[in-house]
Amino acid sequence: MKESEVQINRVDWIAVSIYFALVIIGWFNIYAVIYDSQVEKSIFDFSISSGKQLVWIGTAIGLITLIMVADYRFFENLSLVIYLIFLLILIVTPIFGKEVNGQILSIGVGEFRIQPGEFAKFATALALAKVMERPTFDLSKRNYQAIAFGVLLIPIALILMQPDTGTAMVYFSLLIMFYREGLPQWYYGLGIGSVSITLLALGIDNNIYLTAVIILVVGGLIYLGKKSWQRILAFSLIGIGLIAYIYSIDFVVSKLPPHQQNRVMVLFNPDIDPLGVGWNVTQSKIAIGSGGFFGKGYLEGTQTKFDFVPEQDTDFIFCTLGEEFGWLGSLVVIGLFVGLLYRLVIMAERQKTRFSRIYGYGVISILLFHFMINIAMTIGLFPVVGIPLPFFSYGGSSLWSFTVLLFIFIKLDSSRASQLGRIS
Amino acid sequence: MRDQRPTVILLVIFLLSGILLVKLFAIQVLDDSFLKRAESNAIQRIVDHPYRGLVYDRSGKLMVFNNPIFDLMVVPREFQVGDTAKFCELFRISKEQLIEGYAAAKSYSKVKPSPLIKQLSTTDFARIQDFLVDYPGLFILTRSVRSYPTPTAAHALGYIGEISGVQLEKDTVEYYAQGDYVGLSGLEKFYEKEMRGKKGVKYKMVNVLGVDKGPFKEGEYDTISIAGKNLISTIDLDLQRYGELLMNGKTGSVVAIEPKTGEILAMISAPFYDPNQLTGAEFGKTYKNLNKDNSKPLFNRPIMATYPPGSIFKIVQSLIGLQEGVLTPNTTFGCNRSLVACHNHPNPVNLFGAIQNSCNPYYHQAFRQIINREVSSNTFKDTEIGLNAWRESVLKFGLGSPLGIDMSGEKGGDIPSSKLYDRIYGVGHWKYSTIYSLSIGQGEMQVTPLQMANLAAIFANKGFYYTPHLVKAIDGDPEKIPAKFRQKISVGIDVRHFDLIQDAMVEAIYGTAARAVIADLVIAGKTGTAQNPHGEDHSVFIAFAPKDNPKIAIAVYVENAGWGGRAAASTASLMIEKYIRRTIARPDLQEYVIAGNFK
Repeated sequence: MKESEVQINRVDWIAVSIYFALVIIGWFNIYAVIYDSQVEKSIFDFSISSGKQLVWIGTAIGLITLIMVADYRFFENLSLVIYLIFLLILIVTPIFGKEVNGQILSIGVGEFRIQPGEFAKFATALALAKVMERPTFDLSKRNYQAIAFGVLLIPIALILMQPDTGTAMVYFSLLIMFYREGLPQWYYGLGIGSVSITLLALGIDNNIYLTAVIILVVGGLIYLGKKSWQRILAFSLIGIGLIAYIYSIDFVVSKLPPHQQNRVMVLFNPDIDPLGVGWNVTQSKIAIGSGGFFGKGYLEGTQTKFDFVPEQDTDFIFCTLGEEFGWLGSLVVIGLFVGLLYRLVIMAERQKTRFSRIYGYGVISILLFHFMINIAMTIGLFPVVGIPLPFFSYGGSSLWSFTVLLFIFIKLDSSRASQLGRIS
Repeated sequence: MRDQRPTVILLVIFLLSGILLVKLFAIQVLDDSFLKRAESNAIQRIVDHPYRGLVYDRSGKLMVFNNPIFDLMVVPREFQVGDTAKFCELFRISKEQLIEGYAAAKSYSKVKPSPLIKQLSTTDFARIQDFLVDYPGLFILTRSVRSYPTPTAAHALGYIGEISGVQLEKDTVEYYAQGDYVGLSGLEKFYEKEMRGKKGVKYKMVNVLGVDKGPFKEGEYDTISIAGKNLISTIDLDLQRYGELLMNGKTGSVVAIEPKTGEILAMISAPFYDPNQLTGAEFGKTYKNLNKDNSKPLFNRPIMATYPPGSIFKIVQSLIGLQEGVLTPNTTFGCNRSLVACHNHPNPVNLFGAIQNSCNPYYHQAFRQIINREVSSNTFKDTEIGLNAWRESVLKFGLGSPLGIDMSGEKGGDIPSSKLYDRIYGVGHWKYSTIYSLSIGQGEMQVTPLQMANLAAIFANKGFYYTPHLVKAIDGDPEKIPAKFRQKISVGIDVRHFDLIQDAMVEAIYGTAARAVIADLVIAGKTGTAQNPHGEDHSVFIAFAPKDNPKIAIAVYVENAGWGGRAAASTASLMIEKYIRRTIARPDLQEYVIAGNFK
């Protein structure tokens, strides 16, 4: 009895408050999406999405209670078991799951369905925390890197089989956690470099310009440095490799299925196909852009309500916010997300065990990725990827999985006084 | 090294969020194109077209109104035809018409309405109305077209039609939109601003499929349309119709004016057409046919046709001579036919006799007195000075430039100045003997029938006129018509000079136009013959009556009908009788005019 009182007092109420603020704002936005002045329905009406979301919120609170009353050791001890269970579910999903648009994302019975790809996120974060917590685990060493990447890549491979590229991409966000835990910086330099080159190669129509720049830079480096033949050879090979890479991108893109090709190309030119794949981005930008500084007012938006923006209550929920509450509303919500992430970094850094800290950074990585990529795609800064905005988007799987993800960490954080200091 | 990594992660969070906020600021606050695109997406602007103003005649009889017409509209996505044969029978269209109409509608839009059957009559509409409920996706759209209960005064009333691209460009206040109807001629054009009313606008929201989602902001920005103002015309409907009866089958003009006010009582341009033809869906076809017609039924002769004034101009010469002091009532000239041809009449004549007998040599000599006043010892110079001074006097009679009637397209005619002759003959190469034709209203001189009718009004009023006009009041208020129509214009001739003129005009009737005489009604008039180089001369007559307290001044032109004393004088006389007596006591004369055989 006494112990749990102590724990309640140690709950990070700032993080909890931000969580509830986001969930409630999200809920009001879901109502705004389906609101129709001609057919007035209450926000509590269970036949519409806002009513259903209320049920999801209620059950999420139940999940929170369960997590908070559970023993904190439970998560650490059973982390690998949870991970394996979800891997198993991911394996059976393509067999027993329900096919929608060629994808098998959900599994379940009747009305009760879950998307295992969503829940496997926290399971993977837990498993990674578990394998990486040993004091000897060093991400600068190849064999440990192999273990960490192995744990990460197995669910990715299974999710790609569904196939759900968007969700699979989310798992790569855990590289942020790897960074915190010591994966060498040059990995990231290489990654950012190749992403930049890829984007440049896609964005610039004529590869000749990019090739010329590479030849000039490589030539300049050879000319300026010391002229040993090994060095000249190495630089020349790098240069040739880069040029080959640039030309191979066009080849690879041309081999992608057309709808994925378009998703990439629309990023550079949304007018390429305004009624086709460009429709989502164009309409989404119109909705957000028409909001102005103060927005049109709650329930006064026209673009999302009248179905101009597709998937408006799930992946494109940010449009409703941008349209009805304007830049100011966007600032508040982005501020809440940044505030939450900032708070989570502080919380992660104050953990006494590596397990808690690693898990904390796993939460940060996943939330940051979802939040950034989701909003970036609604304003045309990133290709359209079907991932939800945490705590905002309509849907049980999404809300539950983010709630579980976050509250396991809040639970671990609140129990940090009882944990043995094992931090290295 | 590793301790910096949480800071790096925080910096990345801040940096990326900053990028999002900057991009959001750019599209939400800095770029307003998205707002416009959102509005064009979801907000439909529906224009509520007002009823165009009506036109009444001077006694309140309806001349122009708006006739509702009904288009059967179809929304292809909602339309279910069921039994095609039954549908075709009910709506009285062929199967091909249905298939074609539906295909055209579908190719335009599946969710927006298009016309399936255009311009149903009121009876068809009433019949169809009951079946409509059985067919989802069909509804009736009501529009209105101009309609004329009495098919008369087509030229004066004018017509409306779809606005042209050029007019749209000129419309700097952007009142008009593509497809709007505007007045294109006659009163419809001149009083366009008064008659068009004010458009209303409704903003309604539509969803991505174009389905109506109710008024935008509960109709806060909506405005209701305001109907156009009604015009009360100066036209006397009965007189106008009677004039058209008389002029039917002929070519020419009749213009009747109330001298006291300048109000046009009748204005007939023959040949004419039924104004009902130039409305609605048939407009384009009819217009093309009328435009091709060799008799030029669209040509508004009273204000557009110009002719030399002929003998009638001798009255103007007399008045200028009297005013200038070069003529007195007693001035006598011999009828010297070596100067210019004439006909048999007492000789010599004084001014009265000259008007009464329309003596050409008299005016040849009188005009020389007016022109050559020996202000310069150089004959050429003297003629030039004299001509220009004379021209100034003539212009005051409302000749030589448009009078400013409330219709567009009015021609001014021409009164020559020295510049014209300088151009033709060279400076210093012409003198009185070059221009003497002007003395009897011929030569380089052109006037319109309207100007001649106005001249009759000037003689009736003894020296002043009001600009002739076709509208008495706008929305019942006479003050709302243009102020210039209420301004008395003096022609610069003293009142005392008119008595002799009026008396001579009364006498002239007996001499040259005996057919025009009406028992117990004193008419003052003057015949004329407009020379026509292309064929038979045009018959011209002007008159006013009664001589004391004139109520009507009239000019009649009948083309290719020869001498003024026959066709024109008879027509004018009947018009006067009709207007003053309201009934015709001379059926024989009426038959004579209607038959139109004036030779």
